[in-house]
Amino acid sequence: MPARVVLQQADIARALTRISHEILETNRGGSDLVLLGIPTRGVVLAERIAANLERFEPGSGIVGSLDVTMYRDDLDRHPTRTPSPTRLPAGGIDGKTVVLVDDVLYSGRTIRAALDAIGDLGRPRAVRLAVLVDRGHRELPIRADFVGKNLPTAVAERIYVRLGEIDGEDAVAIESSEGERS
Amino acid sequence: MRHLLTTETLTRADALAILDVAEDMAEVATRAVPKLPTLRGRTVANVFFEDSTRTRLSFETAAKRLSADVVTFSAKGSSVSKGESLKDTTQTLAAMGVDAMVLRHSASGAAEVLAASDWIDAAVVNAGDGTHQHPTQALLDAFTLRKSLHGDASRGRDLDGVRVTIVGDVLHSRVARSNVWLLATLGAHVHLVGPRTLLPVGVETWPVTTGTDLDEAIAARPDAVMMLRVQQERMHAAYFPHEREYSNVWGLGDDRLDRLPADTIVMHPGPMNRGLEISARAADSPRSVILDQVANGVSIRMAVLYLVLSGSDPREAAA
Amino acid sequence: MTTLLIRGAQLPDGTRTDLLIDGGVVAERGDGLTKLGATIVDADGLVALPGLVDLHTHLREPGFEASETVLTGTRAAAAGGFTAVHAMANTSPVQDTAGVVEQVASLGAQHGYATVRPVGAVTVGLAGERLSEIGAMARSRAAVRVFSDDGKCVADALLMRRALEYVATFDGVIAQHAQEPRLTEGAQMNEGALSSELGLAGWPAVAEEAIIARDVLLADAVGARLHICHLSTAGSVEVVRWAKARGIRVTAEVTPHHLLLTEQLVADASDPYLPRYDARFKVNPPLRRDEDVHALRAALADGTIDIVATDHAPHPVETKECAWQEASFGMVGLESALSVVQAAMVDTGLLEWSDVARVLSRVPAEIGRLEGYDAPFEPGSPAHLTLVDPAARSVFGPGSLRGKGVNSPYFGRELPGRVIATIHAGVPTVLEGVLRAEEEVSHG
Repeated sequence: MPARVVLQQADIARALTRISHEILETNRGGSDLVLLGIPTRGVVLAERIAANLERFEPGSGIVGSLDVTMYRDDLDRHPTRTPSPTRLPAGGIDGKTVVLVDDVLYSGRTIRAALDAIGDLGRPRAVRLAVLVDRGHRELPIRADFVGKNLPTAVAERIYVRLGEIDGEDAVAIESSEGERS
Repeated sequence: MRHLLTTETLTRADALAILDVAEDMAEVATRAVPKLPTLRGRTVANVFFEDSTRTRLSFETAAKRLSADVVTFSAKGSSVSKGESLKDTTQTLAAMGVDAMVLRHSASGAAEVLAASDWIDAAVVNAGDGTHQHPTQALLDAFTLRKSLHGDASRGRDLDGVRVTIVGDVLHSRVARSNVWLLATLGAHVHLVGPRTLLPVGVETWPVTTGTDLDEAIAARPDAVMMLRVQQERMHAAYFPHEREYSNVWGLGDDRLDRLPADTIVMHPGPMNRGLEISARAADSPRSVILDQVANGVSIRMAVLYLVLSGSDPREAAA
Repeated sequence: MTTLLIRGAQLPDGTRTDLLIDGGVVAERGDGLTKLGATIVDADGLVALPGLVDLHTHLREPGFEASETVLTGTRAAAAGGFTAVHAMANTSPVQDTAGVVEQVASLGAQHGYATVRPVGAVTVGLAGERLSEIGAMARSRAAVRVFSDDGKCVADALLMRRALEYVATFDGVIAQHAQEPRLTEGAQMNEGALSSELGLAGWPAVAEEAIIARDVLLADAVGARLHICHLSTAGSVEVVRWAKARGIRVTAEVTPHHLLLTEQLVADASDPYLPRYDARFKVNPPLRRDEDVHALRAALADGTIDIVATDHAPHPVETKECAWQEASFGMVGLESALSVVQAAMVDTGLLEWSDVARVLSRVPAEIGRLEGYDAPFEPGSPAHLTLVDPAARSVFGPGSLRGKGVNSPYFGRELPGRVIATIHAGVPTVLEGVLRAEEEVSHG
């Protein structure tokens, strides 16, 4: 099934730059910020945003990863997932503003799991959410604070996010098929 | 992973997946709230036809850290002493709603028989079957070895070239059997040492080397020495004459401890007979990782319970 | 009395003939026989064998009727082509007195499916301590000639010597279950790499061979005859071969399962997904290695092993639906024996049908001192016959069994041969491949 590319490398870079600015703006600067990427591609995005922050305001690009596998409520609906490591920055997350970073926001269940995981790891001052793509179809009352691109989709469509660090190229594509949800 | 029954058929990839998940589980133990919601609503039954407080507690801790409900069936003082069978007991538990059974049984193969039967649908985790296998023990040993060699960089690493010497009653040891296959699969070189009476017939077909001389084995500078527990009743069956002779020839006494290279670790599956197969100084020495083994046991069992209880049921997927 | 006219059967020696069965005997033999009112049995393409004689059957009655009874066991025997079985002594009460053996024999006579020859216990209660009433059993109406503690070895050398001498008085024979008890304490399967891997206590070949070696020397020393039950190892074959070469009066049996199955069935290494520890393959003596199977086949072919005996050992299903160590030893074998012998020995070219007649009928009858089996197709001989279709093939399943036990190791396996008719003392117990009803058999 041919996939239609909706974001190219430059689009992705622009979106991340904008999100980086918005994060600093909303947070009134870069202090006490922690970016937590959700594996796999959310971690790459978090690192890219952190690099931006570091350029805009040195010392503000503190980044980690947050694996949510053990907090999912759909373990028996998918093949077994191998968890990825959770890596928190040395200062932890207590009292910090945590920005969760993920590639695609869909049902909201991953973010729900992430909020539960954060609750077990500490007590941030606030939790924000940044996503590269919001494709709609929420099943929980969750919305993103920072969105790279809103992409209205049909449930039957699949969104592919490809990032250079993992996939060798940057692109976001939509594939129309009868496949499962991503 | 539907069941965990034996290390013989575990592939390198499967084994590494368990060890790596266990790394994540180990991190949980360091948190303020060392608990995950992963198995909320699931029930794990500890079905112990044979007494083993340590293994039962370890599985129970693991299940509870994953928020599973735990029910325990212990043969002592139960209907098993009146002759209730494996089939009846497990079917009764299954009827109460159990998602996984952690089975300890004195008969070799009991877990495999249960898993192959149509008596129950639950996942089966072998927690020791007779003198056959104790796969989570071998996994925690491999985890401990890997951790002691690679520390925080353990994830994804195998045991290529690591030399492990296992000493003592291999014949009756499910710990030794489990370790032989798992460690070999992970690339380690396993050397078995003990009196000829306690080395199994046909051991030459195993992926190991064997010997009878512990001093020679120590001189070969292994990375780890694993001492097996000596069952007192073996003496009466003429496997060896008496404790002192065993201790002198195959025990890890103080002088042998001093001859071990500085970075060789000392392992023991517990419970130990101090003064018999291992001296108190060896057991308590800094190179002893015996308590690490216990702690790692919980992480490994969390990983195994997670892996057998997650994932869509292959039978449903096929339907 | 039924009159049967068997048309066109092939005798074990290859000749083709008609046989008229009348008055319980072979009345006539020849071509083109006719007889008014006779039931015609078309035996075209069938091999006529003498009625099969099993020297080693467990009928379980009295005492273990949940496993088998004399009736159900002899029905299984008839279905397998047997007309006589020797019922082992490990009943409850043990067959160690004239009263018990007479009861078992008369139950057999009453049901009519097969001649039941009780085996007497060598020692009281099979306890291996004192000789049982061997003389009384020999002189009883059951006329016991085979004595065995089967299931247990007569391990005490002195007791074995005395038993050998004492039964010689009555032209009897000791059938030894050769298993050195100390070497097999807790033993679960053949000792070797596989038992070690599976963590099952090993059953060393030497535990069997050492007893056979001792007993052939004892038999030689006292000049008595000795029979060895269910030989299972290549080493045992060597010992018996040596003993026979020395002129020692020893006979030996092998079971069908030891001619076909190996220890690999406990854990088939070629397929890691096949269930292991399936207790249907748990048997005493245990299934051995491939090289043992081949040695046993060769020994049966060259006469070192004299006979095939089933060791038919029915057990209730719950004693096999459990962990291996907790399961009972034993397999049912009467219904499958002839097919297994055909598969292992005839279809492989090791035995002719005349040899099958020898190892499954004439010689076991001789060892058991059972009369009427020396000239099975001669007019005037008692009509104990089996008609088998050697060209048939079928998948063996629970429906192939006629006894109470379903602990067969052959389920799902395609086996050759089919018993079309069994005739016991002139009475058909199986006709057109179907086991006949009790009233038809017991009333003739």
